[in-house]
Amino acid sequence: MTYPADYRYTKDHEWIQLQGNRARIGITDHAQAELGDIVFVELPAVGASFQKGDNAATVESVKAVGDVFTPVAGSIVEANGELESSPELINSSPHENGWIFVVEISDPAELEDTLDAAEYELFASGK
Amino acid sequence: MRYIPNTLTDRREMLSSIGVSSIEELFADIPAEVKDRFRPLGIAGRSELEVASILGSMANRNKLADAVCFLGGGIYDHYVPSIVGNLVSRSEFLTAYTPYQPEISQGTLTAMFEFQTYVCELTGMEISNASMYDGATALAEAVLMAERIRKKGVVAVSRPLFAQLRRVVDTYCWASEIDVHEIPYAPDGTTDLDSLPEDVSAVVIQTPNAFGVIQPLAGIKDRIGDALLIVSCHPLSLGILQPPGAFGADIVVAEGQPLGLPMGYGGPLLGLFATRKEYMRQMPGRVAGRTVDVDGKTGYAMAVQTREQHIRRQRATSNICTNSALCALAATIYLASTGAAGLQQVAELNLEKAHYLADGIASIEGYELTFSGAFFNEFVVSVPGDAAVVHDRLVEAGFAVEAPDGLRSLGVENAFRLAVTEKRTKEELDQLIAALGGVR
Amino acid sequence: MSTIFDCRGDERIDGLFPELDVPARRVEGLIDRQLVRTQPVRFPNLSEPQVARHYTALSKLNYGIDDGLYPLGSCTMKYNPKVNEDVACLPGFTGLHPRSDGVRSQGALQLLFELTGFLRGIAGMADVSLQPVAGAHGEMTGMYLFRKYFEMRGDTKRKRILLPDTAHGTNPASAAMAGFTVTEIPSDASGRIDLGALEGELDDTVAGTMLTVPNTLGIFEESILQVTEKVHAAGGLCYFDGANLNSFLGKARPGDMGADVFHFNLHKTMSTPHGGGGPGAGPIAVSDVLTDYLPVPRVLCKDGQYELDWNHPDSVGSVHSFYGNFLVAVKAFAYILQLGDEGLRAVSENAVLNANYLQERLKKTYPLPYDELCKHEFVLSGKGLADGVSTLDIAKRLIDYGVHPPTIYFPLTVREALMIEPTETEGKETLDRFADILETIAVEASEDPQLLHDAPRNAPVRRLDQTQAAKKPVLKYPFDETPLA
Repeated sequence: MTYPADYRYTKDHEWIQLQGNRARIGITDHAQAELGDIVFVELPAVGASFQKGDNAATVESVKAVGDVFTPVAGSIVEANGELESSPELINSSPHENGWIFVVEISDPAELEDTLDAAEYELFASGK
Repeated sequence: MRYIPNTLTDRREMLSSIGVSSIEELFADIPAEVKDRFRPLGIAGRSELEVASILGSMANRNKLADAVCFLGGGIYDHYVPSIVGNLVSRSEFLTAYTPYQPEISQGTLTAMFEFQTYVCELTGMEISNASMYDGATALAEAVLMAERIRKKGVVAVSRPLFAQLRRVVDTYCWASEIDVHEIPYAPDGTTDLDSLPEDVSAVVIQTPNAFGVIQPLAGIKDRIGDALLIVSCHPLSLGILQPPGAFGADIVVAEGQPLGLPMGYGGPLLGLFATRKEYMRQMPGRVAGRTVDVDGKTGYAMAVQTREQHIRRQRATSNICTNSALCALAATIYLASTGAAGLQQVAELNLEKAHYLADGIASIEGYELTFSGAFFNEFVVSVPGDAAVVHDRLVEAGFAVEAPDGLRSLGVENAFRLAVTEKRTKEELDQLIAALGGVR
Repeated sequence: MSTIFDCRGDERIDGLFPELDVPARRVEGLIDRQLVRTQPVRFPNLSEPQVARHYTALSKLNYGIDDGLYPLGSCTMKYNPKVNEDVACLPGFTGLHPRSDGVRSQGALQLLFELTGFLRGIAGMADVSLQPVAGAHGEMTGMYLFRKYFEMRGDTKRKRILLPDTAHGTNPASAAMAGFTVTEIPSDASGRIDLGALEGELDDTVAGTMLTVPNTLGIFEESILQVTEKVHAAGGLCYFDGANLNSFLGKARPGDMGADVFHFNLHKTMSTPHGGGGPGAGPIAVSDVLTDYLPVPRVLCKDGQYELDWNHPDSVGSVHSFYGNFLVAVKAFAYILQLGDEGLRAVSENAVLNANYLQERLKKTYPLPYDELCKHEFVLSGKGLADGVSTLDIAKRLIDYGVHPPTIYFPLTVREALMIEPTETEGKETLDRFADILETIAVEASEDPQLLHDAPRNAPVRRLDQTQAAKKPVLKYPFDETPLA
């Protein structure tokens, strides 16, 4: 499992790719492996606003449901519609094509408690 | 102990292999205080013969042989074909567990899939679950589901609902803090369509309703804004009536007892629950889906389990864990036995006999049908004088008829309700008419 | 396996119902045309032999208790006595309409009344309602009682239910249905509820706790009296999930442990059949602070006459159409009558003996996370048996040996959990054979793991593609598609 060095990570197994004042969010390789074959993704509505730590999306496999929390407060500017017909993208490409939503950040300081790639890898392997 | 295979020798050997000297050591973890407080029931065990005898006497104390059943209100005295009980009592069906291991549960799962299909065909809806506890909880869960989808905090319920459905809906809505508004009925016994509410999560209509009156559903969906239309119906009537699905119902529920279940003093029953495909993820209850195995062979497994409690826990669509599996199997076998033609035939028998009785009673002076709306196998009759007196006379004459109290609570005085099924013979119907004719 | 809809049945087949004996009128004359069905139902019309063959064949694809061991932890799959089936089929019971007047239903009312008495005594609590028709339904009803209790006291802050991380999924789901939120309390290293953590959560926002006793690891909460004392002292109530009653039947009573609500699973402890997923029954027993709120109607006895009792203005209402699953209650009543006190005690003694015997044997081969005497069930782990072999593989391989797998992946606190509950209706011989099989599978796991990965091979179908089932749900017979090959 290689975790992109320029992403940030949360202990809820989300990754964050910063693009200016926007954050693209998805779940990590570790998370998709734990869930198994993804069969359904519930995306947030574009325009919806969330607080830090809110449940913005859900990812379902046959035997489990994974909540995707937003690590920053903000409003949703994009959601990955591809996942509606091809939820398995999260399994095959969790860090790239399997991205879930993009949020416009209101307070960048909220990202301070996230992990870098090395810290996350350590955290995930400890579980 | 007839149901415990272990012999004394077995017990001794097992204790020794565990490394304890007595059974009591295995209960040392229960606090002494708790064990000291224990009190037995004070009953000795009995032989199987005695138990059969005691239960036999109890069953005989329910005086059935001398009463012809005209009771209805959601539960009916329908004929159950012998094949139903025979097949359902096979131990592989009766003693099996919930089909969490699908490879050895294809019997249960295939039957569930068939049941879901039967329910969809009957109700005219896209998807069905594998049953709920009964028609009342199915209706209550439908209301909760509508509230999850629309989130208005209030639902509207047509007043002529069977009392047991209304009670359960009221209880579930109290707990979920959903307000229940009542829609009045019109003089012909149908729902007053001029009083349809706006801005509610759901509108609940029963048809045929508590007066036995068939509710025309055409146009209702268009008049309730974005509220979900929930219809509670009589499954056997769907052998001749247009199903709620044809009128745009969003959720259809029913009490499935008329489909091959005994009356059984009210339980176990069978809740039917069907809805639109788009609401699949909000639908409570388990559901079987078709798939293939590693060899490409068709098989069935529980589908969309992520809605359910064992995965979603507090965010499940419902807490339901058991359903009414064996009863659903009975209904499936019943419908397999009647087929489309038989279902239509039995529905027509109900319809014709009920109308024969209604006509006969209406021709007695002072008696009339209370409502002008069309009916299926149940109707309300207004009587001259005190309905309680008429009721008591009929009971004395050997007819099981419901007391008038229920109708009184729906604002109908001096009337009682009669249900007629395919089991009622012309002779019995004529006898009831004669008995009423003799009551002044 | 083909479905009933794959049978051709176009022609009408009569014979179930008689001809109409009253003058016929046209349906159109009785009911408005727009109310009459236009689209016929696509049910095949079949002869009785066809129906008999189809469902008999389906039954043979199933596995019931009469076929073999069903060691499902938390399910108490014990033998279903046949006399119970017979008495539940008596016409005096099956033919009784629930709206029958009192004079005609004395036998049924008496049975409900007496069963209520038995369950009150077994629970050691103030009163019982037979109305809930499933364990989860009983849990929900119990949660409704909690709500009513606090509502009547004007205490609107208490919205939280505390439950352990080993709780069965229905517990939080039922609490949520009553409008509560749940807070999970961690278990300590011994698998028991962490008393300190529980205490830390007790405040005036807590409505109470939901505990399974013994817990889902098969371990008795020895601090149970302290737990209930502390919860009561903090103003809360205690719900006991009675799924594991088989472990202390006839020896201890939840009322003596401080329970305010206790639910029975008649289809577990009281031997009524599981039916492939229901119908069961989940009566609840309550302490005296909650009796006023029990569902209506209840049954009372006045001068030797039994009657339905609706006179409880503070009742939460009703949770079922009528009086609960009466025919299931009949079976449980017959069971308790047959067992008597001595029989009830023998149930838990043998259930606990059987479980400990198996545990002692199997812990030599499988990891046992909590190595101490258990009650009627215990949890092993499939982890570490062999690389790449999961509990799922072990479970599917058991099928090849003709045994129903135990409960897997529950409780959630044990990785690769395998929860085993033999019940008292199994004998030493069966237990030994089961242990032999599990030991064989353990050897296979290290020497030839493909046998496990490919399992089952000896079942009516092999492993099913549940991903496809979930992604593209086909939930009814596709009439409009071309028939399956």
